[in-house]
Amino acid sequence: MQPVLTDLIPALPEIFLAVAALLLLMLGVFSGKNGTRLVSGLALVALVVTGVLLVRQEGYEVAFSGLFIADGFAVFSKLLILLGTGLSLIIAQNFIAREDMDRFEFPVLMVLATVGMMMMVSANDLLSLYVGLELQSLSLYVIASFRRDYAKSTEAGLKYFVLGALSSGMLLYGISLIYGFAGTTNFITIAQVLQAGPAPLGVIVGLVFVAAGLAFKISAVPFHMWTPDVYEGAPTPVTAFFAVAPKVAAICLFIRVLEGPFGSLLPQWRQVIEFCSVASMVVGSLAAIRQSNIKRLMAYSSIANIGYALVGVAAGTADGVQAVLIYMAIYLVMTVGTFAIIIGMRQKGKAVEEIADLAGLSKTNPMLALALAVFMFSMAGVPPAAGFFGKLLVFMAAWKAGLYPLSIIMALTSGISLFYYLKVCKVSWFDDVKEPLDRPTAGLSWVVTATALVVFPVALVIGTPVLDSAAAAAASLFH
Amino acid sequence: MADWPILSLTTFLPSIGALLILLVRGEEQAVARNAKAIALATSLLTFIVSLGILVKFDPSSAGFQLVEEHSWIPALGIQYLRGIDGVSVWFVLASTFLTPICVLASWDSIDKRVKQFMMSLLLLETMLVGMFTALDFILFYIFFEGVLLPMFLMIGVWGGPGRIYAAYKFFIYTFIGSVLMLLAIVAMYLQVGTMDMRVMLDHTFDPSMQKILWLAFFAAFAVKTPMWPFHTWLPFAHVEAPTAGSVMLAGVMLKMGGYGLIRANLQMLPIGSATYTTLVFVMSVVAIIYTSLVALAQTDMKKMIAYSSVAHMGYVSMGIFSANAQGLDGAMFQMLSHTVVSAALFLCIGVVYNRLHTREIARYGGMAHNMPKYAVVFMLFMLASVGLPGTSGFVGEFLSMLGAYEANTWVGLFASTGLVFGAAYMLLLYRKLFYGKLEKPDVIAMPDLNGKEIIYFAPLIAIVIMMGVYPKSFSGVYAASLDHILTHHREALAAEGLTPPVANPASSFIPAANAETISAHPATSETPGTEHAVEPSNPETPSAETPAEAPHGEPKADANPDAGH
Repeated sequence: MQPVLTDLIPALPEIFLAVAALLLLMLGVFSGKNGTRLVSGLALVALVVTGVLLVRQEGYEVAFSGLFIADGFAVFSKLLILLGTGLSLIIAQNFIAREDMDRFEFPVLMVLATVGMMMMVSANDLLSLYVGLELQSLSLYVIASFRRDYAKSTEAGLKYFVLGALSSGMLLYGISLIYGFAGTTNFITIAQVLQAGPAPLGVIVGLVFVAAGLAFKISAVPFHMWTPDVYEGAPTPVTAFFAVAPKVAAICLFIRVLEGPFGSLLPQWRQVIEFCSVASMVVGSLAAIRQSNIKRLMAYSSIANIGYALVGVAAGTADGVQAVLIYMAIYLVMTVGTFAIIIGMRQKGKAVEEIADLAGLSKTNPMLALALAVFMFSMAGVPPAAGFFGKLLVFMAAWKAGLYPLSIIMALTSGISLFYYLKVCKVSWFDDVKEPLDRPTAGLSWVVTATALVVFPVALVIGTPVLDSAAAAAASLFH
Repeated sequence: MADWPILSLTTFLPSIGALLILLVRGEEQAVARNAKAIALATSLLTFIVSLGILVKFDPSSAGFQLVEEHSWIPALGIQYLRGIDGVSVWFVLASTFLTPICVLASWDSIDKRVKQFMMSLLLLETMLVGMFTALDFILFYIFFEGVLLPMFLMIGVWGGPGRIYAAYKFFIYTFIGSVLMLLAIVAMYLQVGTMDMRVMLDHTFDPSMQKILWLAFFAAFAVKTPMWPFHTWLPFAHVEAPTAGSVMLAGVMLKMGGYGLIRANLQMLPIGSATYTTLVFVMSVVAIIYTSLVALAQTDMKKMIAYSSVAHMGYVSMGIFSANAQGLDGAMFQMLSHTVVSAALFLCIGVVYNRLHTREIARYGGMAHNMPKYAVVFMLFMLASVGLPGTSGFVGEFLSMLGAYEANTWVGLFASTGLVFGAAYMLLLYRKLFYGKLEKPDVIAMPDLNGKEIIYFAPLIAIVIMMGVYPKSFSGVYAASLDHILTHHREALAAEGLTPPVANPASSFIPAANAETISAHPATSETPGTEHAVEPSNPETPSAETPAEAPHGEPKADANPDAGH
């Protein structure tokens, strides 16, 4: 039947990945304990195929009675999500085998979470938004506590679940208010309603609740409390995954909700975003200074980074969206690279995660120390690393939109955050070896090398095409 | 050959050398030897290539030359754009000249992780040359910040006991200053629509905006120069850095600040410069007097030279913002002179530090007896630092003070006291180190300069004397560019109805040809403001100039014979 096909084709990548996840689940069940490697490998293949399907997609299509949208913005965000999931899956391989997490559910859950994230960024209705978000969140709750015989991991999962449920509640409450006052949950119709006349107060209140719920997902201050504990408690590859794919998905969803249906309320929501942004930058930069656990450090670093990305969101322009997309792309690459190094941190076969354990890395493994320095300087925004260009784009967008105080705070906090990134470099370059780290496995080294090369020289060369596609993606949101 | 991208070649040759060193494998001894050899070879090759820049450079033209232009990130208006003018050409050569000297100076003194040290040194050279030749603001910023990375490693890995604190302070101080500059760059970009510095130089920014932009740039460059009170990172960085680090730091990196002050603050933001002239004068004078006094109280000789650097750079900032021909000429000359003299002084300290491993002045004494060659070399650079006529230090200090005197008599007066203090602490240092009884057994045991040391001191001595005796050979290269900058500056101020700080450009210290073009300029320009600004000062000219000229007939005689061409 023709109508069904027109609905299915825009959602083909999601459908394919969902079916693939179910097939992998079956495969896992029948192949037993030894099937994890196979399932992981096939999951990677499924992610790559989904990526190819996505790239072949073009144009702007609304499907399922306006619930689902496939546009340039969605394609760009989904490619980032797939890249994040794929890289996380690769760096998880060795770890799950050694830390007794060798169960086939792990890759399957990651794939399912990815399907949820893809649904999120393609949501064109508050209901499909919620369904996508929950599919993602439920999968993430489970993998956060994947090491179920390990107290910290279960604690992380539980904490994430309780606070996540709270934020989902807030989100739902906001959605109900918006529905009550605007009379619809569809993004396009909401936009029409809001453009037609002054916004009802209930919609604005509802929007604040929705924003709070989404701010929880991107761990923006003041909804960030779960982040350090979950980052520390969850198994490291899971933390890596948490730090990249869901963050990209949530911030893209955030952009879609704010710039799409509520675009005309920019002056109202900008205040909320500005507050979250400044709070995240300040808390993220200051709190990270005292951390001694590298995973907690990365948690605060991700909070600060989200603060920078929110500066671009607050700009509320196509430039701002483009800047955020680029920023998140760069953030994704350098975060995966850093976590690949953290996963590789082992002393005599035992996993360690204190910053002090990196001491003397430049003597025992100079190339790894060099890569770590590249990532740290990139995160701090020191040129010529790619992170600098991400910050530069956000700066430009914010300045153009007239957000001068926000830009200046961003500049100063990135100076403060330099302090703890330098600390990692200092330990790995200046301190003496106490206990050498084991050599990372081939897979990890591969990811570290590839991401480090992207962050430093390659980004300088491929800048223009990536910028152009991000610009096109951002433009599709403001058509 | 003519179309070779010589600037890119000079910039990236050292990086290629660093990559080669990265590939060196094998036993530790052999690796260290090969790394040193490769570093020396590449840095010498780079120096030879960079001499090509000097050959190709046309000193009579004020514009940017040897421009290389390639599209890079058009969406952001960012280009790969390189070029030099008279202001930058010497700094490029200073970087390429000092690097091989640093390799030689670190030959025996760096004994751990030699491979990485040499790579850092070569990368530092890339960043420095890149920074001085960048004409795209983002490219400029990338290199400007990129300099921090190798220097951070050099201080942190090969430095002294307090190296970690020093490296942190160095990095964070300069980084925060430069981030503010980045904001200013973005603001300027959004106004102009391109990152091309040449376009920005021609663009007149709104006066109220200029005042804010000026402060943002000043934050970055005042930290880098460093100007009082932003200088506190420098003594730590110098004391803890290995000799080569100190040499590059004092020799070239401080000049990044001076170069930026000329290029961005003075040249792009004339109204901002005129607004804050007093601020800069106060900061410079305080730097000259206060840091000289602080230097007097030091017991660590490296710290003493570090503080003297701050004082000497005070003359530079003072000269730049006096915004007249003498002042700017003096500032440039002072920077070049300081490059050679401070580098040489840090090398001198390195010589004895390598032998005795202490920088305490009190641990030495009487070295004139057992190290006569060393004593002579040290004395020469000490006198150049003090500003003895006939050495490079004199020309720069004298000209910048003359410029300041014309702009503001009090500033000139206070700044001149710095000369006395400078002489005081340097002579005191010399007396403590070289005179007195030679009684400490380990000092007695120290051998005099060896062949390697003589090799790297010889060119430095030659340059110091050359600059002192025949300054035109150096100043001739940048005269046209400075002339152009000042003309532009005066026009911009006149257009705003502001009186230029000194409307008397016809000085005897700039070549006659240039003086003519300047003095001829107001006549040709139709702006009534310009004429108005120039004319009233003309009657004062003789009275203002005669007393300043009369006692200093000698240096004029040095400068004048070359003014003919």
